[in-house]
Amino acid sequence: MIDVIDLKKSFGKLEVLKGITTTIKEGEKVAIIGPSGSGKSTFLRCLNCLEDPTSGSIIFEGVDIADMRVDINIYRRHMGMVFQQFNLFNNKTVIGNIMLAPVYLGMHDLRVKKYKNFLIRIKNAFTNKKTPLHEINTTPQRIKEEARENAMRLLKRIGLEDKADAYPSTLSGGQKQRIAIIRALAMNPKVMLFDEPTSALDPEMVGEVLDLIRQLADEGMTMVIVTHEMGFAREVATRVLFMDEGRIIEENTPKELFSNPQHPRTKGFLSKVL
Amino acid sequence: MGNFGKKLERFWEIFYEYDGYQRVLTGLQNTVYIAVVGLAIGIIIGTVIAIVEVLPKYKRLPRVLNGFCRFYVGLFRGTPVVVQLLVAYYVALPLLGVNLPALNVCVLVFGLNSGAYVSEIMRGGIMSVDTGQMEAARAVGLSYRVSMMKVVVPQAVKNILPTLGNEFIALIKETSVVSFVGAADLYVAFNYIGTNSYEFMVPYLAMALIYIVLVMAIAFLVRIMERSLRKSDRRN
Ligand SMILES: Nc1ncnc2c1ncn2[C@@H]1O[C@H](COP(=O)(O)OP(=O)(O)O)[C@@H](O)[C@H]1O
Ligand SMILES: [Mg+2]
Repeated sequence: MIDVIDLKKSFGKLEVLKGITTTIKEGEKVAIIGPSGSGKSTFLRCLNCLEDPTSGSIIFEGVDIADMRVDINIYRRHMGMVFQQFNLFNNKTVIGNIMLAPVYLGMHDLRVKKYKNFLIRIKNAFTNKKTPLHEINTTPQRIKEEARENAMRLLKRIGLEDKADAYPSTLSGGQKQRIAIIRALAMNPKVMLFDEPTSALDPEMVGEVLDLIRQLADEGMTMVIVTHEMGFAREVATRVLFMDEGRIIEENTPKELFSNPQHPRTKGFLSKVL
Repeated sequence: MGNFGKKLERFWEIFYEYDGYQRVLTGLQNTVYIAVVGLAIGIIIGTVIAIVEVLPKYKRLPRVLNGFCRFYVGLFRGTPVVVQLLVAYYVALPLLGVNLPALNVCVLVFGLNSGAYVSEIMRGGIMSVDTGQMEAARAVGLSYRVSMMKVVVPQAVKNILPTLGNEFIALIKETSVVSFVGAADLYVAFNYIGTNSYEFMVPYLAMALIYIVLVMAIAFLVRIMERSLRKSDRRN
Protein backbone atom coordinates (compact mmCIF):
# COMPACT_ATOMS: atom_id res chain seq x y z
CA MET A 1 0.00 0.00 0.00
CA ILE A 2 2.82 2.38 0.86
CA ASP A 3 6.33 1.73 -0.42
CA VAL A 4 8.99 3.87 1.17
CA ILE A 5 12.25 3.80 -0.74
CA ASP A 6 15.46 5.30 0.63
CA LEU A 7 13.62 8.20 2.26
CA LYS A 8 15.86 11.01 3.47
CA LYS A 9 14.91 14.23 5.16
CA SER A 10 17.08 17.12 6.29
CA PHE A 11 16.16 20.29 8.10
CA GLY A 12 18.84 22.65 6.87
CA LYS A 13 22.10 20.88 7.72
CA LEU A 14 20.51 18.48 10.18
CA GLU A 15 19.82 15.11 8.55
CA VAL A 16 16.91 13.65 10.48
CA LEU A 17 16.03 10.67 8.26
CA LYS A 18 19.05 8.90 6.83
CA GLY A 19 17.57 6.52 4.31
CA ILE A 20 14.47 4.59 5.28
CA THR A 21 13.13 1.74 3.20
CA THR A 22 10.07 -0.23 4.19
CA THR A 23 6.71 -1.36 2.89
CA ILE A 24 3.40 -0.97 4.64
CA LYS A 25 0.99 -3.57 3.37
CA GLU A 26 -2.77 -3.41 3.34
CA GLY A 27 -4.25 -4.38 6.71
CA GLU A 28 -0.96 -4.08 8.54
CA LYS A 29 -0.72 -2.27 11.85
CA VAL A 30 2.78 -0.92 12.10
CA ALA A 31 4.00 0.51 15.41
CA ILE A 32 7.02 2.79 15.39
CA ILE A 33 8.99 3.04 18.60
CA GLY A 34 12.29 4.65 19.47
CA PRO A 35 13.92 7.30 21.59
CA SER A 36 12.74 10.89 21.42
CA GLY A 37 14.35 12.84 18.59
CA SER A 38 15.04 9.71 16.53
CA GLY A 39 12.87 10.96 13.65
CA LYS A 40 9.65 8.98 14.25
CA SER A 41 7.35 11.97 13.80
CA THR A 42 9.32 13.21 10.83
CA PHE A 43 9.02 9.81 9.18
CA LEU A 44 5.27 9.69 9.79
CA ARG A 45 4.82 13.23 8.50
CA CYS A 46 6.78 12.39 5.36
CA LEU A 47 4.31 9.59 4.60
CA ASN A 48 1.62 12.17 3.75
CA CYS A 49 4.17 14.81 2.76
CA LEU A 50 3.37 17.19 5.60
CA GLU A 51 7.14 17.30 5.47
CA ASP A 52 8.48 17.18 1.93
CA PRO A 53 11.11 14.44 1.72
CA THR A 54 14.57 15.68 0.76
CA SER A 55 15.09 12.60 -1.39
CA GLY A 56 13.69 9.12 -1.91
CA SER A 57 10.24 7.92 -2.91
CA ILE A 58 6.93 7.25 -1.24
CA ILE A 59 4.78 5.14 -3.51
CA PHE A 60 1.11 5.30 -2.53
CA GLU A 61 -1.53 3.81 -4.82
CA GLY A 62 1.13 3.42 -7.47
CA VAL A 63 2.13 7.08 -7.45
CA ASP A 64 5.31 8.60 -6.05
CA ILE A 65 3.79 11.26 -3.85
CA ALA A 66 7.21 12.55 -2.85
CA ASP A 67 7.39 13.96 -6.37
CA MET A 68 6.64 17.65 -6.03
CA ARG A 69 4.66 17.62 -9.28
CA VAL A 70 1.84 15.39 -8.04
CA ASP A 71 -1.22 17.02 -6.49
CA ILE A 72 -0.66 15.84 -2.93
CA ASN A 73 -4.11 16.99 -1.78
CA ILE A 74 -5.77 14.16 -3.71
CA TYR A 75 -3.67 11.50 -1.98
CA ARG A 76 -3.95 13.06 1.46
CA ARG A 77 -7.70 12.48 1.32
CA HIS A 78 -6.95 8.77 1.54
CA MET A 79 -4.52 9.05 4.44
CA GLY A 80 -6.01 10.03 7.78
CA MET A 81 -3.70 11.63 10.29
CA VAL A 82 -4.06 12.01 14.03
CA PHE A 83 -1.79 14.35 15.93
CA GLN A 84 -0.43 14.33 19.44
CA GLN A 85 -2.02 17.74 20.09
CA PHE A 86 -5.42 16.78 18.54
CA ASN A 87 -5.49 19.92 16.35
CA LEU A 88 -9.26 20.17 16.14
CA PHE A 89 -10.25 23.31 14.25
CA ASN A 90 -10.94 25.80 17.05
CA ASN A 91 -13.25 27.94 14.92
CA LYS A 92 -15.57 25.03 14.12
CA THR A 93 -18.01 23.04 16.19
CA VAL A 94 -17.44 19.33 16.59
CA ILE A 95 -19.69 18.46 13.67
CA GLY A 96 -18.17 21.36 11.69
CA ASN A 97 -14.77 19.80 12.24
CA ILE A 98 -15.92 16.45 10.91
CA MET A 99 -17.88 17.86 7.96
CA LEU A 100 -15.43 20.50 6.72
CA ALA A 101 -13.32 18.37 4.41
CA PRO A 102 -16.06 16.03 3.08
CA VAL A 103 -18.35 18.96 2.28
CA TYR A 104 -15.72 21.27 0.88
CA LEU A 105 -14.04 18.62 -1.23
CA GLY A 106 -17.37 17.18 -2.35
CA MET A 107 -18.50 20.59 -3.53
CA HIS A 108 -15.16 21.20 -5.14
CA ASP A 109 -15.32 17.96 -7.10
CA LEU A 110 -18.86 18.77 -8.17
CA ARG A 111 -17.83 22.22 -9.41
CA VAL A 112 -14.90 20.77 -11.32
CA LYS A 113 -17.16 18.18 -12.97
CA LYS A 114 -19.74 20.79 -13.93
CA TYR A 115 -17.04 22.99 -15.36
CA LYS A 116 -15.63 20.10 -17.39
CA ASN A 117 -19.11 19.27 -18.69
CA PHE A 118 -19.53 22.90 -19.67
CA LEU A 119 -16.34 22.74 -21.73
CA ILE A 120 -17.39 19.42 -23.27
CA ARG A 121 -20.77 20.88 -24.27
CA ILE A 122 -19.05 23.79 -25.99
CA LYS A 123 -16.71 21.40 -27.75
CA ASN A 124 -19.57 19.12 -28.79
CA ALA A 125 -21.41 22.06 -30.28
CA PHE A 126 -18.56 22.69 -32.67
CA THR A 127 -17.38 19.18 -33.54
CA ASN A 128 -19.02 16.09 -34.94
CA LYS A 129 -17.35 13.74 -32.50
CA LYS A 130 -19.58 13.87 -29.41
CA THR A 131 -17.69 13.41 -26.17
CA PRO A 132 -19.87 11.96 -23.40
CA LEU A 133 -20.48 14.17 -20.37
CA HIS A 134 -19.26 13.27 -16.88
CA GLU A 135 -22.00 11.68 -14.88
CA ILE A 136 -23.24 13.90 -12.07
CA ASN A 137 -25.26 11.99 -9.51
CA THR A 138 -25.29 14.37 -6.57
CA THR A 139 -26.27 17.90 -5.60
CA PRO A 140 -24.82 20.38 -3.10
CA GLN A 141 -27.69 19.61 -0.71
CA ARG A 142 -27.07 15.89 -1.00
CA ILE A 143 -23.37 16.35 -0.30
CA LYS A 144 -24.13 18.31 2.85
CA GLU A 145 -26.82 15.93 4.05
CA GLU A 146 -24.69 12.87 3.48
CA ALA A 147 -21.72 14.46 5.23
CA ARG A 148 -23.93 15.36 8.18
CA GLU A 149 -25.43 11.88 8.40
CA ASN A 150 -22.01 10.33 8.21
CA ALA A 151 -20.67 12.69 10.87
CA MET A 152 -23.57 11.90 13.19
CA ARG A 153 -23.09 8.17 12.62
CA LEU A 154 -19.41 8.50 13.57
CA LEU A 155 -20.26 10.63 16.60
CA LYS A 156 -22.79 8.03 17.76
CA ARG A 157 -20.17 5.38 17.37
CA ILE A 158 -17.98 7.14 19.95
CA GLY A 159 -20.97 8.15 22.06
CA LEU A 160 -20.50 11.89 21.62
CA GLU A 161 -23.51 12.75 19.48
CA ASP A 162 -24.66 15.24 22.15
CA LYS A 163 -21.43 17.17 21.60
CA ALA A 164 -22.11 17.79 17.90
CA ASP A 165 -22.64 21.52 18.34
CA ALA A 166 -20.06 22.10 21.05
CA TYR A 167 -16.78 23.88 20.39
CA PRO A 168 -13.51 21.97 20.90
CA SER A 169 -12.45 24.20 23.80
CA THR A 170 -15.29 22.77 25.88
CA LEU A 171 -14.13 19.14 25.50
CA SER A 172 -11.76 16.95 27.47
CA GLY A 173 -8.53 15.76 25.87
CA GLY A 174 -9.87 12.24 25.38
CA GLN A 175 -13.00 13.55 23.69
CA LYS A 176 -10.94 15.83 21.45
CA GLN A 177 -8.68 13.03 20.34
CA ARG A 178 -11.55 10.66 19.61
CA ILE A 179 -13.20 13.37 17.56
CA ALA A 180 -9.92 14.00 15.75
CA ILE A 181 -9.88 10.29 14.90
CA ILE A 182 -13.41 10.23 13.49
CA ARG A 183 -12.72 13.48 11.64
CA ALA A 184 -10.01 11.56 9.80
CA LEU A 185 -12.35 8.58 9.34
CA ALA A 186 -14.97 10.81 7.72
CA MET A 187 -12.80 10.91 4.60
CA ASN A 188 -12.83 7.08 4.37
CA PRO A 189 -9.04 6.85 4.47
CA LYS A 190 -7.21 3.76 3.26
CA VAL A 191 -4.58 4.17 5.93
CA MET A 192 -4.42 6.00 9.27
CA LEU A 193 -1.30 7.64 10.61
CA PHE A 194 -1.11 8.25 14.36
CA ASP A 195 1.61 10.39 15.93
CA GLU A 196 1.70 9.60 19.64
CA PRO A 197 -2.09 9.88 19.90
CA THR A 198 -2.16 9.45 23.69
CA SER A 199 0.98 11.33 24.77
CA ALA A 200 -0.81 14.62 25.49
CA LEU A 201 -3.63 12.97 27.45
CA ASP A 202 -4.24 12.74 31.15
CA PRO A 203 -3.71 9.11 32.16
CA GLU A 204 -7.39 8.43 32.82
CA MET A 205 -8.24 9.30 29.20
CA VAL A 206 -5.63 7.16 27.50
CA GLY A 207 -7.87 4.10 27.64
CA GLU A 208 -10.83 5.51 25.73
CA VAL A 209 -8.58 6.63 22.86
CA LEU A 210 -6.65 3.36 22.70
CA ASP A 211 -9.95 1.46 22.73
CA LEU A 212 -11.12 3.36 19.65
CA ILE A 213 -7.83 2.75 17.83
CA ARG A 214 -8.03 -0.93 18.78
CA GLN A 215 -11.55 -1.10 17.29
CA LEU A 216 -10.28 0.36 14.03
CA ALA A 217 -7.46 -2.13 14.01
CA ASP A 218 -9.91 -4.99 14.54
CA GLU A 219 -11.99 -3.74 11.61
CA GLY A 220 -8.95 -4.16 9.40
CA MET A 221 -7.82 -0.56 9.01
CA THR A 222 -4.25 -0.23 7.83
CA MET A 223 -2.39 1.91 10.34
CA VAL A 224 0.97 3.32 11.29
CA ILE A 225 1.29 4.34 14.93
CA VAL A 226 4.14 6.18 16.58
CA THR A 227 3.68 5.32 20.23
CA HIS A 228 5.26 5.08 23.61
CA GLU A 229 2.56 2.68 24.80
CA MET A 230 4.59 -0.51 24.53
CA GLY A 231 1.75 -2.64 25.87
CA PHE A 232 -0.54 -1.33 23.15
CA ALA A 233 2.09 -1.85 20.46
CA ARG A 234 2.61 -5.40 21.58
CA GLU A 235 -1.11 -6.12 21.61
CA VAL A 236 -2.29 -4.41 18.42
CA ALA A 237 0.68 -4.13 16.07
CA THR A 238 1.41 -6.74 13.45
CA ARG A 239 4.91 -5.33 13.05
CA VAL A 240 7.09 -3.05 15.16
CA LEU A 241 9.80 -0.77 13.79
CA PHE A 242 12.49 0.42 16.14
CA MET A 243 13.98 3.72 14.98
CA ASP A 244 17.09 5.46 16.19
CA GLU A 245 19.04 8.39 14.76
CA GLY A 246 17.03 8.52 11.56
CA ARG A 247 17.25 4.84 10.68
CA ILE A 248 15.15 1.73 11.15
CA ILE A 249 17.46 -0.27 13.38
CA GLU A 250 15.30 -3.33 13.72
CA GLU A 251 11.85 -4.53 12.72
CA ASN A 252 9.94 -7.60 13.66
CA THR A 253 6.68 -8.95 14.99
CA PRO A 254 5.96 -7.45 18.40
CA LYS A 255 6.41 -10.81 20.08
CA GLU A 256 9.89 -11.31 18.62
CA LEU A 257 11.01 -7.70 18.95
CA PHE A 258 9.96 -7.24 22.54
CA SER A 259 11.02 -10.63 23.87
CA ASN A 260 14.06 -11.20 21.72
CA PRO A 261 15.58 -7.93 20.45
CA GLN A 262 18.63 -8.46 18.24
CA HIS A 263 20.35 -5.11 18.08
CA PRO A 264 22.14 -3.69 21.15
CA ARG A 265 20.40 -0.31 20.72
CA THR A 266 17.00 -1.97 20.67
CA LYS A 267 17.95 -3.87 23.80
CA GLY A 268 19.11 -0.67 25.46
CA PHE A 269 15.94 1.20 24.55
CA LEU A 270 13.60 -1.60 25.61
CA SER A 271 15.38 -2.08 28.89
CA LYS A 272 14.66 1.57 29.66
CA VAL A 273 10.98 1.65 28.71
CA LEU A 274 9.70 -1.80 29.67
CA MET B 1 -21.84 83.33 29.76
CA GLY B 2 -24.46 85.49 28.08
CA ASN B 3 -21.95 85.69 25.31
CA PHE B 4 -21.96 81.91 24.94
CA GLY B 5 -25.75 81.92 24.86
CA LYS B 6 -25.65 84.27 21.93
CA LYS B 7 -23.12 82.08 20.19
CA LEU B 8 -25.34 79.08 20.68
CA GLU B 9 -28.23 80.99 19.23
CA ARG B 10 -26.28 81.90 16.12
CA PHE B 11 -25.07 78.33 15.72
CA TRP B 12 -28.61 77.05 16.09
CA GLU B 13 -29.86 79.46 13.49
CA ILE B 14 -27.47 78.24 10.83
CA PHE B 15 -27.65 74.63 11.98
CA TYR B 16 -31.39 74.34 12.18
CA GLU B 17 -33.05 77.09 10.22
CA TYR B 18 -30.66 77.05 7.31
CA ASP B 19 -29.38 73.77 5.88
CA GLY B 20 -26.59 73.33 8.46
CA TYR B 21 -27.92 70.05 9.85
CA GLN B 22 -28.22 68.60 6.39
CA ARG B 23 -24.59 69.33 5.73
CA VAL B 24 -23.63 67.85 9.07
CA LEU B 25 -25.57 64.71 8.24
CA THR B 26 -23.93 64.49 4.82
CA GLY B 27 -20.55 65.09 6.44
CA LEU B 28 -21.17 62.38 9.03
CA GLN B 29 -22.34 60.02 6.34
CA ASN B 30 -19.25 60.67 4.23
CA THR B 31 -16.92 60.30 7.20
CA VAL B 32 -18.44 56.94 8.15
CA TYR B 33 -18.65 55.84 4.53
CA ILE B 34 -14.96 56.53 3.87
CA ALA B 35 -13.93 54.79 7.07
CA VAL B 36 -16.20 51.74 6.61
CA VAL B 37 -15.51 51.10 2.94
CA GLY B 38 -11.86 52.06 3.47
CA LEU B 39 -11.51 49.49 6.24
CA ALA B 40 -13.32 46.84 4.17
CA ILE B 41 -10.90 47.41 1.29
CA GLY B 42 -8.07 47.51 3.81
CA ILE B 43 -9.04 44.15 5.29
CA ILE B 44 -9.15 42.51 1.87
CA ILE B 45 -5.82 43.99 0.78
CA GLY B 46 -4.29 43.42 4.20
CA THR B 47 -5.36 39.76 4.26
CA VAL B 48 -3.94 39.11 0.81
CA ILE B 49 -0.63 40.78 1.74
CA ALA B 50 -0.44 38.92 5.04
CA ILE B 51 -1.01 35.58 3.30
CA VAL B 52 1.66 36.38 0.73
CA GLU B 53 4.02 37.22 3.58
CA VAL B 54 3.47 33.93 5.41
CA LEU B 55 3.56 31.85 2.20
CA PRO B 56 6.41 29.30 2.06
CA LYS B 57 9.18 30.94 0.06
CA TYR B 58 10.80 28.04 -1.79
CA LYS B 59 9.56 29.12 -5.16
CA ARG B 60 10.18 32.25 -7.07
CA LEU B 61 6.67 33.62 -7.41
CA PRO B 62 5.98 34.00 -3.67
CA ARG B 63 9.34 35.74 -3.30
CA VAL B 64 8.55 38.24 -6.06
CA LEU B 65 5.05 38.85 -4.67
CA ASN B 66 6.53 39.28 -1.22
CA GLY B 67 8.96 41.90 -2.48
CA PHE B 68 6.10 43.79 -4.07
CA CYS B 69 4.10 43.65 -0.83
CA ARG B 70 7.04 44.91 1.23
CA PHE B 71 7.35 47.84 -1.15
CA TYR B 72 3.64 48.59 -0.96
CA VAL B 73 3.56 48.48 2.83
CA GLY B 74 6.68 50.62 3.08
CA LEU B 75 5.22 53.18 0.71
CA PHE B 76 1.91 53.59 2.49
CA ARG B 77 3.29 53.46 5.99
CA GLY B 78 6.14 55.77 5.12
CA THR B 79 4.06 58.77 4.03
CA PRO B 80 1.30 60.75 5.74
CA VAL B 81 -2.18 59.98 4.50
CA VAL B 82 -2.73 63.65 3.54
CA VAL B 83 0.20 63.40 1.18
CA GLN B 84 -1.20 60.18 -0.28
CA LEU B 85 -4.55 61.89 -0.80
CA LEU B 86 -3.01 64.91 -2.50
CA VAL B 87 -0.72 62.80 -4.68
CA ALA B 88 -3.56 60.49 -5.66
CA TYR B 89 -5.98 63.30 -6.43
CA TYR B 90 -3.69 65.84 -8.06
CA VAL B 91 -0.90 63.68 -9.48
CA ALA B 92 -1.53 59.97 -9.92
CA LEU B 93 -5.11 59.94 -11.17
CA PRO B 94 -4.70 62.89 -13.59
CA LEU B 95 -1.55 61.25 -14.96
CA LEU B 96 -3.52 58.06 -15.52
CA GLY B 97 -6.24 60.13 -17.12
CA VAL B 98 -8.81 58.91 -14.57
CA ASN B 99 -11.45 61.30 -13.35
CA LEU B 100 -13.03 60.24 -10.07
CA PRO B 101 -15.20 62.17 -7.60
CA ALA B 102 -13.23 63.30 -4.54
CA LEU B 103 -15.20 61.00 -2.25
CA ASN B 104 -14.26 57.90 -4.25
CA VAL B 105 -10.63 58.96 -4.32
CA CYS B 106 -10.76 59.25 -0.54
CA VAL B 107 -12.28 55.78 -0.15
CA LEU B 108 -9.61 54.37 -2.44
CA VAL B 109 -6.70 56.07 -0.70
CA PHE B 110 -7.92 55.20 2.78
CA GLY B 111 -8.48 51.62 1.63
CA LEU B 112 -4.97 51.34 0.21
CA ASN B 113 -3.54 53.05 3.27
CA SER B 114 -5.29 50.89 5.83
CA GLY B 115 -4.43 47.81 3.75
CA ALA B 116 -0.79 48.45 4.65
CA TYR B 117 -1.60 48.68 8.35
CA VAL B 118 -4.08 45.81 8.39
CA SER B 119 -1.53 43.57 6.68
CA GLU B 120 0.79 43.90 9.67
CA ILE B 121 -2.06 43.27 12.10
CA MET B 122 -3.29 40.32 10.06
CA ARG B 123 0.16 38.79 9.77
CA GLY B 124 0.47 38.90 13.53
CA GLY B 125 -2.96 37.30 13.76
CA ILE B 126 -2.09 34.50 11.34
CA MET B 127 1.17 33.78 13.11
CA SER B 128 -0.68 33.62 16.43
CA VAL B 129 -2.70 30.65 15.14
CA ASP B 130 -1.08 27.34 16.12
CA THR B 131 0.65 25.68 13.14
CA GLY B 132 -1.19 22.47 14.03
CA GLN B 133 -4.39 24.03 12.69
CA MET B 134 -2.91 24.42 9.22
CA GLU B 135 -1.37 20.95 9.36
CA ALA B 136 -4.62 19.31 10.36
CA ALA B 137 -6.43 21.06 7.51
CA ARG B 138 -3.76 20.00 5.00
CA ALA B 139 -3.82 16.47 6.37
CA VAL B 140 -7.50 15.99 5.43
CA GLY B 141 -6.71 17.03 1.87
CA LEU B 142 -7.59 20.72 1.83
CA SER B 143 -5.31 22.94 -0.23
CA TYR B 144 -3.13 25.65 1.31
CA ARG B 145 -5.51 28.36 0.14
CA VAL B 146 -8.64 26.66 1.46
CA SER B 147 -6.95 25.79 4.77
CA MET B 148 -6.03 29.44 5.14
CA MET B 149 -9.48 30.73 4.31
CA LYS B 150 -11.57 28.18 6.23
CA VAL B 151 -9.42 27.51 9.27
CA VAL B 152 -6.50 29.88 9.85
CA VAL B 153 -7.80 33.30 8.79
CA PRO B 154 -11.10 33.07 10.74
CA GLN B 155 -9.12 32.35 13.90
CA ALA B 156 -6.63 35.09 13.06
CA VAL B 157 -9.44 37.60 12.57
CA LYS B 158 -10.90 36.67 15.91
CA ASN B 159 -7.56 37.20 17.60
CA ILE B 160 -7.05 40.62 16.05
CA LEU B 161 -10.60 41.93 16.31
CA PRO B 162 -9.82 44.46 19.06
CA THR B 163 -6.84 45.71 17.07
CA LEU B 164 -8.99 45.97 13.95
CA GLY B 165 -11.49 48.00 15.99
CA ASN B 166 -8.69 50.37 16.91
CA GLU B 167 -7.69 50.61 13.27
CA PHE B 168 -11.27 51.55 12.43
CA ILE B 169 -11.26 54.26 15.09
CA ALA B 170 -7.94 55.59 13.80
CA LEU B 171 -9.44 55.63 10.32
CA ILE B 172 -12.50 57.58 11.46
CA LYS B 173 -10.22 60.21 12.95
CA GLU B 174 -7.87 60.33 9.98
CA THR B 175 -10.71 61.01 7.56
CA SER B 176 -10.82 64.55 8.97
CA VAL B 177 -8.29 65.55 6.31
CA VAL B 178 -10.38 64.65 3.27
CA SER B 179 -11.39 68.28 2.74
CA PHE B 180 -7.86 68.75 1.34
CA VAL B 181 -9.15 67.25 -1.89
CA GLY B 182 -12.63 68.72 -1.57
CA ALA B 183 -14.62 65.86 -0.06
CA ALA B 184 -17.42 67.03 2.23
CA ASP B 185 -16.87 65.58 5.69
CA LEU B 186 -17.78 66.76 9.18
CA TYR B 187 -15.10 69.43 9.13
CA VAL B 188 -16.49 70.93 5.94
CA ALA B 189 -20.01 70.97 7.39
CA PHE B 190 -19.07 72.67 10.65
CA ASN B 191 -16.72 75.04 8.92
CA TYR B 192 -19.67 76.09 6.75
CA ILE B 193 -21.75 76.77 9.84
CA GLY B 194 -18.89 78.72 11.41
CA THR B 195 -18.31 80.83 8.34
CA ASN B 196 -21.97 81.70 8.00
CA SER B 197 -22.56 82.48 11.66
CA TYR B 198 -19.24 84.33 12.04
CA GLU B 199 -18.66 82.15 15.07
CA PHE B 200 -16.48 79.03 15.32
CA MET B 201 -16.50 78.09 18.99
CA VAL B 202 -19.77 76.18 19.11
CA PRO B 203 -19.45 74.49 15.69
CA TYR B 204 -16.01 73.08 16.45
CA LEU B 205 -17.12 72.04 19.92
CA ALA B 206 -20.06 70.22 18.34
CA MET B 207 -17.71 68.59 15.85
CA ALA B 208 -15.47 67.36 18.65
CA LEU B 209 -18.51 65.92 20.44
CA ILE B 210 -19.67 64.05 17.36
CA TYR B 211 -16.23 62.49 16.90
CA ILE B 212 -16.11 61.44 20.54
CA VAL B 213 -19.56 59.87 20.45
CA LEU B 214 -18.74 58.10 17.19
CA VAL B 215 -15.51 56.66 18.55
CA MET B 216 -17.11 55.55 21.80
CA ALA B 217 -19.95 53.88 19.94
CA ILE B 218 -17.52 51.92 17.79
CA ALA B 219 -15.45 50.90 20.79
CA PHE B 220 -18.65 49.64 22.40
CA LEU B 221 -19.67 47.64 19.32
CA VAL B 222 -16.21 46.08 19.09
CA ARG B 223 -16.46 44.95 22.71
CA ILE B 224 -19.82 43.31 22.10
CA MET B 225 -18.54 41.57 19.00
CA GLU B 226 -15.48 40.34 20.83
CA ARG B 227 -17.60 38.86 23.57
CA SER B 228 -19.84 36.97 21.18
CA LEU B 229 -16.85 35.67 19.23
CA ARG B 230 -15.21 34.45 22.39
CA LYS B 231 -17.99 31.91 22.82
CA SER B 232 -15.91 29.30 21.04
CA ASP B 233 -13.23 29.71 23.72
CA ARG B 234 -15.42 29.33 26.73
CA ARG B 235 -15.71 26.16 28.69
CA ASN B 236 -19.27 25.51 29.68
N1 LIG C 1 10.52 21.54 11.42
C1 LIG C 1 11.72 21.21 11.92
N2 LIG C 1 12.77 22.04 11.75
C2 LIG C 1 13.99 21.70 12.25
N3 LIG C 1 14.26 20.57 12.92
C3 LIG C 1 13.26 19.71 13.12
C4 LIG C 1 11.93 19.98 12.64
N4 LIG C 1 11.14 18.95 12.98
C5 LIG C 1 11.91 18.08 13.65
N5 LIG C 1 13.19 18.52 13.73
C6 LIG C 1 14.31 17.82 14.36
O1 LIG C 1 14.34 16.52 13.85
C7 LIG C 1 14.72 15.59 14.83
C8 LIG C 1 13.72 14.47 14.87
O2 LIG C 1 12.49 14.97 15.33
P1 LIG C 1 11.18 14.08 15.41
O3 LIG C 1 10.94 13.45 14.09
O4 LIG C 1 10.12 14.94 15.96
O5 LIG C 1 11.60 12.96 16.46
P2 LIG C 1 10.66 12.02 17.32
O6 LIG C 1 9.27 12.14 16.85
O7 LIG C 1 11.25 10.67 17.13
O8 LIG C 1 10.83 12.46 18.74
C9 LIG C 1 14.83 16.36 16.13
O9 LIG C 1 16.19 16.60 16.37
C10 LIG C 1 14.11 17.63 15.85
O10 LIG C 1 14.69 18.70 16.57
MG1 LIG D 1 7.55 12.94 17.85
